[in-house]
Amino acid sequence: MSGIATQKRDKIDALAATAATDEGGVSLIVDAFRRLARNPVAIVGAAIVLLFVLLAIFAPLIAPKDPTVRYLIDEIRQNTPLPPRPGFPLGTDENGRDLLSRLIVGSRQSLIVGVMATLIGLVAGMIIGGIAGALGGWVDTILMRFTDILLSVPSLLLAISIAALAARPSQWTVIIAVAIVSVPIFARLLRGSMLAQRNTDHVLAARALGVRENTIVFRHMLPNSLSPVIVQATLTLATSIIDAAALSFLGLGDPDPNRAEWGSMLGEGSRVYFDVRPEMAIYPGLAIVIVALGFTLLGESLREALDPKNRR
Amino acid sequence: MLRFIVRRLIGVIPTLFVLSFLLFGWLRLLPGGPAGALLGDKATPESIASVNKVLGLDQPIPVQYVKFLGRMLTGDFGNSLSKSRPVVDELADAIPATVELALAALIFAVGLGIPLGYLAARRKGGLFDNMTIIGTLVGVAVPVFFLGYLLKKYIAVDLGWFETSGRVTAGLDETKVTGFKVLDAILTREWDVLFDALSHLVLPAIVLGTIPLAVIVRITRASVLDVMNEDYVRTAEAKGLYAKTVRKRHILRNALLPVSTTIGLQTGLLLAGAVLTEKVFVWNGLGSLLAEGIERRDYPRLQAMILVIAFVYVIVNLLVDISYAIIDPRVRVR
Amino acid sequence: MNRVRKAIVVASCAALAASVAACAQSERGDENTGGTLTFGAAGAPKNFDPIFNDDGESFRPIRQMYETLIEHKPGTAELEPGLAEKWDLSADGKEITFSLRKGVKFHDGTAFNAEAVCFNLDRWFNMKGAAAQSQMIYYADVWEGFAKNEGDATGQPVYKSCEAKDENTAVVSLNKFKGAFPAAMTLTAFSISSPEALKKYDADKVTQSGDSFTYSAYANEHPTGTGPYKFQSYDTSSQVATLVRNDDYWGDKAKNAKMIIRTIGDEAARKQELEAGNVDIIDFPNPVDWKGLKDKGFNVQVRRAFNILYLGINQKNPKLKDIRVRQAIAYAINRQQLVTSKLPDGAQVATQFMPDTVSGYADDVQKYDYDLAKAKSLLQEAGATGLTLKFYYPSEITRPYMPDPKGIFTAIEADLKAAGFKVQPIVKPWNGGYKDDVQKAGKQDLHLLGWTGDYNDAGNFVGTFFGREKPEFGFNDPALFSELSAADAETNPDKHMAAYEQVNRDIMAKFLPAIPISHSPPAIVSSSKVKGLVTSPLTNERFDTVTVE
Repeated sequence: MSGIATQKRDKIDALAATAATDEGGVSLIVDAFRRLARNPVAIVGAAIVLLFVLLAIFAPLIAPKDPTVRYLIDEIRQNTPLPPRPGFPLGTDENGRDLLSRLIVGSRQSLIVGVMATLIGLVAGMIIGGIAGALGGWVDTILMRFTDILLSVPSLLLAISIAALAARPSQWTVIIAVAIVSVPIFARLLRGSMLAQRNTDHVLAARALGVRENTIVFRHMLPNSLSPVIVQATLTLATSIIDAAALSFLGLGDPDPNRAEWGSMLGEGSRVYFDVRPEMAIYPGLAIVIVALGFTLLGESLREALDPKNRR
Repeated sequence: MLRFIVRRLIGVIPTLFVLSFLLFGWLRLLPGGPAGALLGDKATPESIASVNKVLGLDQPIPVQYVKFLGRMLTGDFGNSLSKSRPVVDELADAIPATVELALAALIFAVGLGIPLGYLAARRKGGLFDNMTIIGTLVGVAVPVFFLGYLLKKYIAVDLGWFETSGRVTAGLDETKVTGFKVLDAILTREWDVLFDALSHLVLPAIVLGTIPLAVIVRITRASVLDVMNEDYVRTAEAKGLYAKTVRKRHILRNALLPVSTTIGLQTGLLLAGAVLTEKVFVWNGLGSLLAEGIERRDYPRLQAMILVIAFVYVIVNLLVDISYAIIDPRVRVR
Repeated sequence: MNRVRKAIVVASCAALAASVAACAQSERGDENTGGTLTFGAAGAPKNFDPIFNDDGESFRPIRQMYETLIEHKPGTAELEPGLAEKWDLSADGKEITFSLRKGVKFHDGTAFNAEAVCFNLDRWFNMKGAAAQSQMIYYADVWEGFAKNEGDATGQPVYKSCEAKDENTAVVSLNKFKGAFPAAMTLTAFSISSPEALKKYDADKVTQSGDSFTYSAYANEHPTGTGPYKFQSYDTSSQVATLVRNDDYWGDKAKNAKMIIRTIGDEAARKQELEAGNVDIIDFPNPVDWKGLKDKGFNVQVRRAFNILYLGINQKNPKLKDIRVRQAIAYAINRQQLVTSKLPDGAQVATQFMPDTVSGYADDVQKYDYDLAKAKSLLQEAGATGLTLKFYYPSEITRPYMPDPKGIFTAIEADLKAAGFKVQPIVKPWNGGYKDDVQKAGKQDLHLLGWTGDYNDAGNFVGTFFGREKPEFGFNDPALFSELSAADAETNPDKHMAAYEQVNRDIMAKFLPAIPISHSPPAIVSSSKVKGLVTSPLTNERFDTVTVE
């Protein structure tokens, strides 16, 4: 297998191997959390993620105005967004809609896209990886060959090719494209973690005791695989938000200009309104950066916390 | 060594096959199938049916696949829908543009990344180190096109440094030799063209190279840290070797191993980032071609591009493997 | 690395970077002198044979290299002598005698004369092949038919013959009177090419494969006209056209030695190129940029609005055949609000499908002022509340009548939704099939499109839109078609005007095949170094009078 794919693969395999360490999933996670609580980076990441999730969930309640209503349309001239004023703390967009409300509600879009894409990728990936890990043999070889090839393609290019298949782009185009990109990662992860656990003491013991294979897989291996999966899911959420923004920018997302979404707000703001009101691009841009950063910080700290090297 | 290369080359073939199969399948998933792709906007059920007949799409799949392979191998990709030019011509023009940009970005990322990563490792825990780490995390989190517009506005337009779009100022008398503007300018000694091309290259290269830069800094730092703690380094230091010699001979050389393979990994990121960067900086390379082809649903062009990109990717993989094998003899045995 | 060595490396890198930046700056100061005018265009030219084009981006380079028999006085829509010094229309309007200018040469040195003129007209009339004919859109609209109709055009040819009475007199005979003449001879599509070049470079060879057309060597590499600029080259990969001054031009030579037309599709990038000083002129900027550009010291020259933006309705959708639904759409759109917020200063709501300066404009057409309640009730009456409509709008383009397609779409969509419609937005790139989708395939229910007038005749507007059955509007109404052609056939100018006034009233009250939205004054922006640019409401500027300091 080629060197590049190997590198990517090794990273995933290393994460997968953490599932095989120690006795069981629960104490591992508790231990990790304790360590995390002392890590300032992790705290910052977790705080950002928490804020974002809360913002997204309660968006309609938090947003001061309706993001789709063109309140100040009669004051708009020459397609120019309005600067801040009472009632509109961040000003309006080019249609007289409240920018702050659009930003707040836009978080929902980003969360939905990120979560859906990650979830779908996760489930699909785990099914594939689980089958490969459990059945082994030529099934494993073929499935893994396939995922390796997908892994070796840069994620954005893969996402673009998938999104280009859509006859009529929509929100789902982005979700599916980003989901498919993460499938090989989760597949590899689950398979790797199952393989890593195959030879651990407790699995061998369970087998020796005559416990059925099914039970071993579902009651022992899967729960232990949880931690690496959570880590990867967190990291994948970060990249899905960024990739989704890129896809919107390229015009592969929802063409409805009424929907408040950070990616398309960033795209339009950068391209058209940057000179007149750079804020229209900077606010959603900063939002994306901060949220992606939050997930990355959290994910990386989780990964470090689970790494047996760090437990001394 | 030779055996290694041959083995690797053979290993590439199944990958290419799988990729071509995927492409074959992708085309058939398109709305209207390959006929719809060829007809573009003029596709109606009747015209699709007639083109299907002409293209032999009513024949069994395996036969179609073989014919498809045949066409790919002879480079017959048809004409691009957007420009009515043979797609191969479009590609021939675009490839040097992207390669030049990618190389510049790589030079930026490596040239800045390795020293930064090394320095951060040496000053581990200090302010410089922490700032560097934060910098790399932010660098990966910023959407490429956002960075592009920011630099474009605040540096190029407001400050007036460097150029904002295109590869050279139009109307400049330049001679085309290879298609690589910088190289051509050097070869023909047209120094004004050289400066022009370089000043157009700087900003896009920085934007494109930011993410690879972040990755290289992280990996260099981690790698140097690992090596610094290795037994053989401590042995050398204990032996009383000058710190400088220790650094040069042991730390750096060994630390660069994983870094060099990361550089190969970055090619993928560079290609992906190029799509966004080229759009922002109006750089007529593969990225623009791809973005435009997608917007206009120009499937003949997309089909050829995917194949070319995959091919390039496989070749780069191969080169990286070979270089890795040269650096680390242990790999050849694997 | 040794500390000192490191410092040197860092310093030299910084020095190199600084010098490159400095070079870039100083260079920018130099590059636009020496008589080169650089234009930043939104779209690439399709080819350089006038008869096979119909869009402004292709016409721009063509207009510099070619001339027509009759021209417009720069900056106006008035006729003035072009390649013909005089023209006489016979009483029945079926014969036009052109007295041609003497001593004019084509770029290839051959002489311009009556024979050349007749060669061109005969060539168009006798053009063979569906591919070629389908690309001669202006020909089909004005001359209506070929010697043998093989393409989309199905009408009886208006052209009868052309006779070169002597070296400098050409007599063109028509089969019927058309109000379009003689003004139609100002259309850029009807520029005169060198017969020698046409023959030498196989100009009639047009082939079609699927959706793409390939043109002849003449159209792509050897366009030969009589104009103040000559063709030098067209770089297909960077889409840059280079024109050079024609030093043998019969009139005032072009002030610039060179004119470069660069294609920069992304409007933001185009504006940035202007600001960076890499192009001297750009056209139709987004209204949001006008003030910023003015503040930065650029000349924002606003032309008079001689165009129309309409919301096209495709009656292929049976629900849209009910005029009440179409009227509901008309009442639902707050056009005044759209015009004030999205369009530049000076834009006006359109009450009919042509600007008020065109003869045949009627002040008393049925107006559809914004009335949401009426829209809702009409919709209910027709039993179409909640009707879903596929609404097409283009991307990657600005047009004189539509400087911000997305913004205009958003405004209309919001209004339609408020009235009870459901809207399905579909966006397609202008250069990627938008026009073909909406005009040839008729895939839409609603779409945005418009038109800049070519000359001062009502037929150029309403006749072009509704004169025959078109997939764009999906209706076949012989009553409307015959009313339009009758008006056009009217030779008496007063009766002509009255007939068209009635047509406009009927269109707005009885037929309503589409909704007129607005007339927009388009702007052309040039850097302060550019002098002598004369703008035209027809957006058909010639750049030979322009100088760049």
